[in-house]
Amino acid sequence: MSDQPDPRSFLSADRADGSIYNDPALFDMEMDRIFMHNWIWVAHRSEIPEPGDFITTFVGPHPVIVSRDRKGTVHVMLNRCRHRAATVCEQHKGHTASFVCPYHGWAYGLDGALRGVPHQNGYGDDLDKASLPLVNLRVADYQGLIFATFDHAIPDLDSWLGAAKPWIDLFMKQGAGWPVKTMGEHKFTFPGNWKIQLENTTDAYHFPIVHKSFLDSVDQETQDILNFVGGKGFVEDLGHGHSVMVMIPELVDLDDNLDAPIPERFLELAAQLAETYPPEKVRQIIRAVGGSGFNLNLFPNLACSMAFFRVLRPLGVSQTEIRHIAIGMDGGPDIANQARLRLHEHFQGPMGFGTPDDAEAWDRVHRGALAGRDIPILLNRGLAHEEKRADGHLYSDVSAETGMRAAYRQWLAAMTAEPAGETVA
Amino acid sequence: MTITLDEAVALVTLEADLLDHGQFHDWLGLYTPGGRYVIPIDPDAEDFENVLNYAYDDAAMRAKRVERLLGGRSISAAPPAQTVRLLSRYRMLASDGDACTLRCAQYLKELRQHRERDYAANVTYRLVRTPDGLKIDLKVIRLLIATEALTAVSYIL
Ligand code: FES
Ligand SMILES: [Fe+2]
Repeated sequence: MSDQPDPRSFLSADRADGSIYNDPALFDMEMDRIFMHNWIWVAHRSEIPEPGDFITTFVGPHPVIVSRDRKGTVHVMLNRCRHRAATVCEQHKGHTASFVCPYHGWAYGLDGALRGVPHQNGYGDDLDKASLPLVNLRVADYQGLIFATFDHAIPDLDSWLGAAKPWIDLFMKQGAGWPVKTMGEHKFTFPGNWKIQLENTTDAYHFPIVHKSFLDSVDQETQDILNFVGGKGFVEDLGHGHSVMVMIPELVDLDDNLDAPIPERFLELAAQLAETYPPEKVRQIIRAVGGSGFNLNLFPNLACSMAFFRVLRPLGVSQTEIRHIAIGMDGGPDIANQARLRLHEHFQGPMGFGTPDDAEAWDRVHRGALAGRDIPILLNRGLAHEEKRADGHLYSDVSAETGMRAAYRQWLAAMTAEPAGETVA
Repeated sequence: MTITLDEAVALVTLEADLLDHGQFHDWLGLYTPGGRYVIPIDPDAEDFENVLNYAYDDAAMRAKRVERLLGGRSISAAPPAQTVRLLSRYRMLASDGDACTLRCAQYLKELRQHRERDYAANVTYRLVRTPDGLKIDLKVIRLLIATEALTAVSYIL
């Protein structure tokens, strides 16, 4: 297809052309080459804990059902009837034994198998039900994070996550010994390209500027903890477009430093927890409530971001949906989960003290990038002192744009790869 | 003395007027010290403390919200959006001694950065009579689109 843009022309090692955010043909390529040929995060285990549970969501622009069948196996299936394409389920979440298409009543099992066709004799011998299941994507999970892909030839999830896996393990310590569960989400859109949001999760530089009004609203101790630009944190390129930005090194491993003093804002909660739990456990729970000190950016659509999951979904070249999913301790004390919910509400969502200011900044990037022609977006912050360490990874300071460069390298690799794999039919 | 519909409507109309005219400090004074301002996500939520909401503000959070809107340090709220809201369809669900529950419809139009948006909501108030007059003890705003993707709301609904 000769009218496709050349992705290479949008990017160099340390800058991007502004049109990378607003070229519609490039966006169409991304939906194919990135969102159909990489592992895409679809759900957390706790959203479908029991056989028969399902949610509906998207892989790129493709509507899917994520279900748990009677044996406990998770399926990610296109939400598209094999008869004449109607979506078979429009419920956001639920529990069922089967999915029945509302148009002509074809019925599918939790694994997508076509079970029943009303008045099947109208087809004579001309309908092979076994060959008409809901189209199943390839599925894999790690630490409760469920991913799916259309591509059956790309490497398995374990090797795709690679160096990000230990960071996922650390992130899940927010369960304080209990499994992590999701506790609802804030969902909002902004008028701009998805990559603007992808960059933001690995952008510590903006925090003290954009989030002034949030910082005004917390106590001095918290302000000091969040004053990390110029501090001891770092950004590490983890390969495959993934990166981690460590903002608060003391909060990387929540099981460490258990004898550190309890922050003042959690003293009351700690006193309440002490009525039920031994001192060591109280400290573990308190550290979990406070959240992790890093953002783990997993290319292309998930971030394990301090204390929540950030999921992005491109809706169009200039329209992006973001979900900030709250997480808590499955089986943990209610008062601790309530504290996490309140912290989430304080910063996140369309009425939080942080998110609206982020959204405003992204909105402005989108509008500003439409001005002029051939003007680069700079991605070179922290390059001057970036170093490759013994592990082969690139490191720079906490406010470096190392994570963005990592994501764009993977973006380019995906956009220019000859599709090796066959996608599912 | 039972709270009448007229009294209740007068208070919530005053609240709407203060919010549309940016008189947020005066707005704070309409609530009881233990009062809550809640914008749930789940349309069926009642146990707000144990679920994620858009807002679940006690007095301290309300005060911080006002500071944020007036402080000029938030790019999404400098200045806050302009709003015009209409309240109507009042119904007294219960009125008993010094407390009542009032339900009404709210239709709000917002203008910010050349974009107009609107939000429809069912609003339920619990109002209580105090020595300082009638106060809001609970306001629950159930947005019609609460379960859909929203955009930033840089004002007080
Ligand atoms: S489109 Fe689903 S049964 Fe006809
Ligand atoms: Fe931010």
